[in-house]
Amino acid sequence: MNKIWIVAQREFTSRVRKKTFLLSTILLPLFIFVFYALMIYFSVNGSDDVRIAVVDKANLFGDSIKSDKELQFKFLNDETEGSIRTKVKNKEYSGYIYVPGSTSLETDSLQVRAEKTLGLMTREKIEKRVSSRLKEKRLLSLPAITQKQIDSAQRDVGIKVTPLEGNEKKDKSAVSYAVGFASGFLIYIILFIYGTMVMRGVMEEKVSRIAEVIVSSVKPFQLMMGKILGIGAVGLVQFLIWIVLVSVLMALLPVLMPGVDPQQAMQQVPGNGMAQAQQSGVAVFMTHLSEINFPLLISCFIFYFLGGYLLYSSLFAAVGSSVNEDPQDAQSLLLPVTMPIVFSFVIMMKAVNDPTSGLAVFGSLFPLSSPIVMMARLAHGIPSGVTITELLLSMLFLILGFMLTTWVAAKIYRTGILLYGKKVTWKEMWKWAFRKN
Amino acid sequence: MNILEVRRLKKYYATQKAVDDLSFSLASGSIFGLLGPNGAGKTTLIRMITGIFFPDEGEIIFDGRPFNPVSDILQIGYMPEERGLYKKMKIGEQAVYLAQLKGLSKSEATRKVKEWFVRFEMQSWWNKKVEDLSKGMSQKLQFVTTVLHEPKLIILDEPFSGLDPVNANLIKDEIYRLAQNGATIIFSTHRMEQVEEICDHIILVNKGTKILDGTVKAVRQQFKEHLFRISLEEIPAGIESPAFDILRQEDHSLVVRIRETHKPNDVLQYFLSRQQNVTGFQEILPSLNEIFIRLVEGTPLSRKFEKITA
Repeated sequence: MNKIWIVAQREFTSRVRKKTFLLSTILLPLFIFVFYALMIYFSVNGSDDVRIAVVDKANLFGDSIKSDKELQFKFLNDETEGSIRTKVKNKEYSGYIYVPGSTSLETDSLQVRAEKTLGLMTREKIEKRVSSRLKEKRLLSLPAITQKQIDSAQRDVGIKVTPLEGNEKKDKSAVSYAVGFASGFLIYIILFIYGTMVMRGVMEEKVSRIAEVIVSSVKPFQLMMGKILGIGAVGLVQFLIWIVLVSVLMALLPVLMPGVDPQQAMQQVPGNGMAQAQQSGVAVFMTHLSEINFPLLISCFIFYFLGGYLLYSSLFAAVGSSVNEDPQDAQSLLLPVTMPIVFSFVIMMKAVNDPTSGLAVFGSLFPLSSPIVMMARLAHGIPSGVTITELLLSMLFLILGFMLTTWVAAKIYRTGILLYGKKVTWKEMWKWAFRKN
Repeated sequence: MNILEVRRLKKYYATQKAVDDLSFSLASGSIFGLLGPNGAGKTTLIRMITGIFFPDEGEIIFDGRPFNPVSDILQIGYMPEERGLYKKMKIGEQAVYLAQLKGLSKSEATRKVKEWFVRFEMQSWWNKKVEDLSKGMSQKLQFVTTVLHEPKLIILDEPFSGLDPVNANLIKDEIYRLAQNGATIIFSTHRMEQVEEICDHIILVNKGTKILDGTVKAVRQQFKEHLFRISLEEIPAGIESPAFDILRQEDHSLVVRIRETHKPNDVLQYFLSRQQNVTGFQEILPSLNEIFIRLVEGTPLSRKFEKITA
């Protein structure tokens, strides 16, 4: 036990002190933050204000099209096409719409001329506003219709989907989906990153020929466990730093960029018509987010993170111990280890949609896939996503599964780590795992 | 007092008898040579003594008690033939780490490493990395990490490979010093001249079994062929004697084999009675190298893979 601790300590400190650790741990959240900040910045300030001159000889629009700061329509009905053209050339306006006197309301083509190509977003905005104004005018031209009637007819209907049971609670499946998918995906990534880290650590020991030196003072099992625990600790620390850094930076965002509220910014990206819906969408998202049981989710996340990591990293270690100098060998030996991870990811994508389906239940109980799949089900909450019995069973199975893989992996590891110059097959590894002593 | 006794040790692999019914004992404070051709089972034997492998049969008595891999391993220092160090780790820290794994506390390990670094003039290496060292330098470091925890039994597998004569002598002197201080040293190598020079006692292993066991002197005596070199001022023609045969003639000396029932004195008498001036007379004992080749030759050098039913 004491020796496992010494080994784990070395694994931990030697990795944490590496420059790459500092870089990836500090720079990655910074990078995400900068990316996020830039995205918001550009979506708010990126588009120049566009001013469109409208020469409406036919008086189609009644001298008004919805305008705001970013997109203004100015009616200059007295200008000729030639004079408006020069004004656009002189950059007084970004573009113009010329409606000849002969045009009727029934027209289906109008032309916007701009000195330079307008952005896709702006073009869409112009199109939407012009056509919605035109639609309004057409409706108004019908006999006995008032503006008020049109407004009331155009009101949006809010549609809510609620489960049959579960009192007045609003439906939160979209949020659960997002949270479930995100945490399942995180565990998927963790298994790969830290699993391969363990594998490479073992390969390093084998290739640099230090394995036999160490094994003469430490049992192979202690060496393997020390490495797994040390790297697991690196992973935990890295994750905690990421979480703290990202949340601090996110909190700092409004301070660093005054006047930019990320929530507001998100609404402004799409066209104005959608902003309304978007706003309520964000608000609903936020309230649903606060309804998710985060203490439960986070503690389960840590449990499944550790359980899944311990389960798979010992298998990765076994593969690493069987590989010789040629890292290419690792590829084929790795396949049986990575396949279940990829499969559980696929099951997770189904489970996040339908957390109580048979496949999801199986996937969340089976220890090779439960770390990823269970997170997706947990996001839907207890008991609507997963029952408490299933959760406890799944945890128990994961612990048993972890003990089993470690036991098997330790036997493969013990033989593999001292074997040089021989290409190992799965058949041989199987033999090492299940022979006596 | 024997530090190590190996009794009827067996280790069979699926296709080979790596170690087959091997016994020997090792006196405390001696330097012991474990010899054998490639694939003789030396590494397997050593791995059982260091607790890396469990024997299939037989027992190992360490320091008077049955060998307990967990606790006795702290009394053993092993430098394997396939050796290496963490390339990216600082040398000082690495030595301390390896000593800690041998059960030393961190402060004690640090103190000892510093002591040894002074002795080997390696103080300036502390913050360097292993990848900055030459092969000989890392060999020295490896030796230090092997003996740092003052083990009772030190096992060195080809300790001089890659060392220049100066550094090899440094290590050799250290080996003598450690043996004088009571440590027992097992020395596994193919380099017979080193064995002759250093070892008190050797065993020769081939195909998993012991084929020779004894002190270097006794072994050479055992395999002597009654060869003598006699040097003369002038070599006469037509030498013939019932006491010896001439094997070959070098300038001013003859190599002769004395026939059975005759004595070296008979050779001298033959030349003295003929008024020859004898300038030298010396017995030629076979070198370990010759003995080794004689014993191992004729047996198929590389092992055959065969099904073992144990």
